[in-house]
Amino acid sequence: MAASQNSLKAKGSGENFFSRLIHNQLFIPIAALAVLVLFNLIADPSFFALSLDKNSAGDPVLSGYLVTILDNASELAILAIGMTLVTSASGGQDISVGSAIAIAGSVVLRVLCGTDSRPTALQAPIIVAFIICVLVSMAFGAFNGVLVAYFKIQPMVATLILFTAGRSIAAWINNNELPVISDPSFGYYGNFIPGIPIPTPVFIAIACMIIIALVLKFTNLRLFSQSVGINPHSSRLNGINPEVVKLITFIILGVCVAVAGFIKVSRLSTINYSVVAKDIEMDVILAVALGGNALGGGKFNMTASIIGAYVIQFLTTTLFKFKVSSNAISAYKAVVVIILVVLSAPIVREKLTELRKKLVPEKSVKEAA
Amino acid sequence: MELGAVLEMRGICKYFPGVRALEHVDFTLREGEIHALMGENGAGKSTLIKVLTGVYPKDGGDIHLLGHDQAVNIRSPQDAQNMGISTVYQEITLCPNLTVAENMYIGRTKGALTNWKKMNTEAGKLLDSLGIPALPAQQLGSCSIAVQQMVAIARAVDMECKVLILDEPTSSLDEQEVEKLFGLMRSLKEKGVGIIFVTHFLEQVYEVCDRITVLRDGKLVGEYVIEDLPRVQLVSKMLGKEFDDMAEIKSESDTDNIDYNGTPVYEAHQLAGTTGIKPFDFSIHKGEVNGFTGLLGSGRSECVRAIFGADKTTGGKVMIDGKEVKINKPLDAMKNGISYLPEDRKRDGIVGDLSVRDNIILALQVMKGFFRPFTRAQAEAFADEYIKMLNIKTASSDTPIKSLSGGNQQKVILARWLLANPVYLILDEPTRGIDIGTKVEIQKLVLKLAAEGKSVTFISSEIDEMIRTCSRLVVMRDGKVVGELKGDDLNQNKIMATIAGGEE
Repeated sequence: MAASQNSLKAKGSGENFFSRLIHNQLFIPIAALAVLVLFNLIADPSFFALSLDKNSAGDPVLSGYLVTILDNASELAILAIGMTLVTSASGGQDISVGSAIAIAGSVVLRVLCGTDSRPTALQAPIIVAFIICVLVSMAFGAFNGVLVAYFKIQPMVATLILFTAGRSIAAWINNNELPVISDPSFGYYGNFIPGIPIPTPVFIAIACMIIIALVLKFTNLRLFSQSVGINPHSSRLNGINPEVVKLITFIILGVCVAVAGFIKVSRLSTINYSVVAKDIEMDVILAVALGGNALGGGKFNMTASIIGAYVIQFLTTTLFKFKVSSNAISAYKAVVVIILVVLSAPIVREKLTELRKKLVPEKSVKEAA
Repeated sequence: MELGAVLEMRGICKYFPGVRALEHVDFTLREGEIHALMGENGAGKSTLIKVLTGVYPKDGGDIHLLGHDQAVNIRSPQDAQNMGISTVYQEITLCPNLTVAENMYIGRTKGALTNWKKMNTEAGKLLDSLGIPALPAQQLGSCSIAVQQMVAIARAVDMECKVLILDEPTSSLDEQEVEKLFGLMRSLKEKGVGIIFVTHFLEQVYEVCDRITVLRDGKLVGEYVIEDLPRVQLVSKMLGKEFDDMAEIKSESDTDNIDYNGTPVYEAHQLAGTTGIKPFDFSIHKGEVNGFTGLLGSGRSECVRAIFGADKTTGGKVMIDGKEVKINKPLDAMKNGISYLPEDRKRDGIVGDLSVRDNIILALQVMKGFFRPFTRAQAEAFADEYIKMLNIKTASSDTPIKSLSGGNQQKVILARWLLANPVYLILDEPTRGIDIGTKVEIQKLVLKLAAEGKSVTFISSEIDEMIRTCSRLVVMRDGKVVGELKGDDLNQNKIMATIAGGEE
């Protein structure tokens, strides 16, 4: 009797470690990252090579695929922050972020260019352009938020409106012209600040992560949005206003869109309304899903979402590196995403735990003896 | 198998992480008997039933069914259904957005096509024969909870089962409906169906059951023929100790200290709501326990929801300590020191995926403000204090509340509102669907709070409980306050008479 109890205990603790690992929300995104790293190590270790070159302006900058990944994932990571919150509180996703980025970028250019689409000097300080862009993006976020929170429209349907209209609005803001900024200082935010070899968007993304970490620590945003996402009825009876909480998450996503849009136009110093940030909403939603967050709302793990964003970018860059044509890239991505999302589904994780149970019972008995 | 048995469970074991939910439990159900399964919260009743219906896989033991030579392996609820085991759960598990008929036949239609007309006609016939006031084509969600429960039973009955499990079916039914259900159970019994009846109402057990099996802490205490087990004995077996009769509760209450001439803690004049209640007056004094009573749907819950601002109010004057205040939303009420434990725990009370800790601190945290979160250590301290004080059975304060038993969930919600430190606490059906031990605990707690100077409004469908705890009762009928009883008038007969009518 005593022996059998011992073996039960030993088995229990072994299971605990494994199932804790499997059930940790960071497990899937980190494992996916590890697989991608491993694949590249085997296929072509030069993937990880870094070099210090001079860019066209003559400043030393770091280059290599890893830098590209970190750089290009910045917008994705910033947007994943807002999307995670929207998902948690509203139980749905905002599919208009790509279009909203076009609007945000267009606003920045409009403010900087004034009436002339090829200005020789900036018509307004960059900070003013940025602030106006943030305000406009917050307003569009609030528009989505009001539709979702007060008119109780499904988030995907509500944001379909801006998804459809956004790029036209963006073109209209600049009278359908394509302004180009020639002042090099505007390019610092999307490229390099002279003398610093690391791309600026990386720093901006890190700043956003620090800000959201502080917000989550020093406010009740996490508790409130999770509570609203899980059970709006009891949240209301506990004094929370579910509509306001949902609205706030959409406005926060608006701020994220503004920052991402600002980076996007700074990268090229111009904008192409129809292709800027195209399909980025899908990558962002994937990042949230890959982070193991329930797309139906409720509990969330911000770190997992952000890692998810970098995994998606890692995958995209890997595919580019192997010369997959840009038309075919979505198909490859889809395959990988299916595998990752299925693996991160709770039901599969439980099966994995069961499988492990079946595979190692003898070992546990030995441990007990 | 024993002669005449339809179901035999032998040595059933079930473990959850950190908990032994069932240990070597035996259970036998005979043909044509109503068998009560009794036990406290967490005794393992629900787990045993979920093992029997294939919701949980068992970790040990055998299940034998009449008509099967060997032990059966029940892998899913569908499996259980096919073997003739039907269940009506405590919490309604039907789909509110489907029609009544669809709910009755969902998952049971053969083939891909459904004959809607035939389905509706048959559903209508069955509903009629059982006297259930619902139309087949009506959306289930538009029916009252009681009717939804009865539809669930109708669904189970129609499946021509050999074993019918009723898990707390009466907790949301009023007396007439309970009688109807009992009639139905007796006629099924005559047809040879074995019925497992799980309930917390002792009277009901003695009214319809033939045998009782008692569980405690996941172990079998024993199986008894009903005549051999008087009530007091049953209760002591469930609690595992000699039971000091519940009557003791009343002696603890002391209503003499209440100053009825002083300013009431809470006072409402002609408070009117949008939920079908007539404008009403209501007041409560410091240290007083009063209650709203009336049949299901009489408006007693709607009244307290109006007081708390849970539903929109359309008129009337509210005074707290003699000062007029506006209560338009729950937060207004909370800031004025009112707490409200809602009737529907699952829908309005718990936040299922959140931890016990977050559920406990939620209300106080909201009152403290969005920008001032408690530190982890503070939250931990609050949670631990109340888990200990209310004796909440949970693996840790990190456990999601949805994995706790009903009674323990209720205690967590109670902890939430006690932590908010209200002056006026409204408890709407706090004892519904939980075991006797916890019921007594909650009633004692209510009286203790009153003794400490808090005011409590207590609502319960069990008139006994109301009489034991309340010093004044507001009686409701059809959305209207029809009387107020106190002192010597607080007895079962008088209350019944007032509820039933006979206008003064």
